Amino acid sequence: MTEQEIRDAVLESLSGVAPELDLSEVEDDTDLRNDLDLDSMDFLNFVIAVSERLGVDVPEADYGRMDTLAKCVEYLRAAQAK
Amino acid sequence: MPFETITKHPERFPVAPNLADYEAARADFDWDAARAALSGLPGGQGLNIAYEAVDRHVAAGRGDRRAIRHIDRHGGITDLSFSDLARESARFANVLGGLGIERGERVFALSGRVPALYAAALGTLKAGAVFCPLFSAFGPEPIAARLEIGSGRVLVTSRILYRRKVADLCARLPALDYVLLTDGGPEDEGDGVLALPRLMADVSDSFTIAPTAPEDMALLHFTSGTTGKPKGAIHVHQAVVMHAMTGRMALDLHDGDVFWCTADPGWVTGTSYGIISPLVNGVGMIVDEAEFDADRWYGILQDQRVTVWYTAPTAIRMLMEVGADVAKGYDLSSLRFLASVGEPLNPEAVVWGAETFGIPFHDNWWQTETGGIMIANYAAMPVKPGSMGRPLPGIAAGIVERTEDGGAREIAEPDTEGELALRVGWPSMFRGYLHEEARYRKTFAGDWYLTGDLAKRDADGYFWFVGRADDVIKAAGHLIGPFEVESVLMEHPAVAEAAVIGKPDDVAGNVIKAFVALKQGYEPGEPLLKELMAHARKRLGPAVAPREIAFRANLPKTRSGKIMRRLLRARELGLPEGDLSTLESDER
Repeated sequence: MTEQEIRDAVLESLSGVAPELDLSEVEDDTDLRNDLDLDSMDFLNFVIAVSERLGVDVPEADYGRMDTLAKCVEYLRAAQAK
Repeated sequence: MPFETITKHPERFPVAPNLADYEAARADFDWDAARAALSGLPGGQGLNIAYEAVDRHVAAGRGDRRAIRHIDRHGGITDLSFSDLARESARFANVLGGLGIERGERVFALSGRVPALYAAALGTLKAGAVFCPLFSAFGPEPIAARLEIGSGRVLVTSRILYRRKVADLCARLPALDYVLLTDGGPEDEGDGVLALPRLMADVSDSFTIAPTAPEDMALLHFTSGTTGKPKGAIHVHQAVVMHAMTGRMALDLHDGDVFWCTADPGWVTGTSYGIISPLVNGVGMIVDEAEFDADRWYGILQDQRVTVWYTAPTAIRMLMEVGADVAKGYDLSSLRFLASVGEPLNPEAVVWGAETFGIPFHDNWWQTETGGIMIANYAAMPVKPGSMGRPLPGIAAGIVERTEDGGAREIAEPDTEGELALRVGWPSMFRGYLHEEARYRKTFAGDWYLTGDLAKRDADGYFWFVGRADDVIKAAGHLIGPFEVESVLMEHPAVAEAAVIGKPDDVAGNVIKAFVALKQGYEPGEPLLKELMAHARKRLGPAVAPREIAFRANLPKTRSGKIMRRLLRARELGLPEGDLSTLESDER
């Protein structure tokens, strides 16, 4: 899967949890929780959605490594490559 | 499977617990002695929470002690001593004076956990104004409703929260004269919007607290009922007697402790125990700006050598999901006492604490109206997992049934379900719902305050939570009024009817689920579902908006047209539907 496809999957999953988001405003270094006003529950639901979509298992201890869009894409790319 | 009682051996504790013998402490307790443990304003000028929390420690030569260790998002640490906090809060009080804010006027805060928030809270109290914290994950609608009811004159917030949630509301809020931006600079200022750092730099760092009566209004905490607008529960300065006493007895705070209350000051726990109680007891506390993250939290417990930790069931259950193995990677040996509040802590979580940390979580019970912990599990008392414990010394709790004449009768028979009630008269009891005398009166029967929680008391005097007597929802430990959520859904042009229930959730306790009936001409489907979800989240914020929305052609109603939330909930949960005699039109 290309980086762009992973990126799209992340954005679509975000939109599923928080449909009010304007995805064009989400940038690489956007802090997904603080800048987008997602709470812990939203974030949990987002990770579940994106991991199901990409068929990747994300242990909860790794959530901290997915806090920006860029880190999220990078983490998922590496996890998929395994 | 029933859970075994966890026995205690206080004689083996490294630190002798403040409350060593529950029965003896209850028998010996008197409020005058509890009051005498405080200092009072110098010269017999009354009682002020901020003086008790900060200035008296400076006056007693303890000003160099650490009051707050603040950890920012990136792990950067800022320490504030009691002297620092005395000066910063004095500056804020002087800022309010300069703006012409009078005693009794309301100063609201909508802020992340930054140091300026703590100076603002304590400075407001020093100035004799009323501090009213809001949760920063609220959307514009809950923010506006609360500012309106409280006629807030000042709002302390950040640039981003202001831009996102407040700027568009100002026309609706004629009483709001000043917005103070904690991170504001010259470029942000204009039209009542001021940069707090500039204001703070321009004023003196000393302030003499004016005489303060114990019954002067100090705090306004909003809570929710089943119907109507949010309710602003009024607390007075002598609530500090309770904050001080419960910190020692229920949380076992000792000199030299490192205390961490993970609650946000936007909720009552985060103010009573995340600001006032530890400081009054001279105990330094940890403030973490970031949200929950298992590794971060264990890292803080380890690196800051936290001794007393007060957290919430949702967080504990999230830690359980991450697994005890993660905890084993950290040295958590500094922990001496663990407490939990917000909603009943399930027995599995109590036991998980004992297995993972070597000490159980101690659940306790209180609510916005009570101002402080009322019923608790204590360090030296056996814990029955799943029970909220026993009433604090000085607090009389009972299980009552309401009588036809509007009174209440105590149920003496153990293990019988009834409404949890408290004998009026403790110092942190709320003194009213702002502008709503009738609603306030309705919560009392004789000399009982009726809590709205259903509970049982067992033969040993332990209390057990059963459920709510009304339709209010506890989601992630926060009380949410269905009416507030339904009203926002009804604003959407497609919505004809809306009803909101709490749907049980393994982690959050409950999540908000909405049932929506559409007006003619609107089609249920994914696009409209997303649109409604977006509308609700934008207006209410993630903490209050529904996580789930389901379409119905019609919602079940009584003859008088009242939507039967109870029936929707019973069906959602697969529970018996109960008495349907008032059902007029059923759901479709």
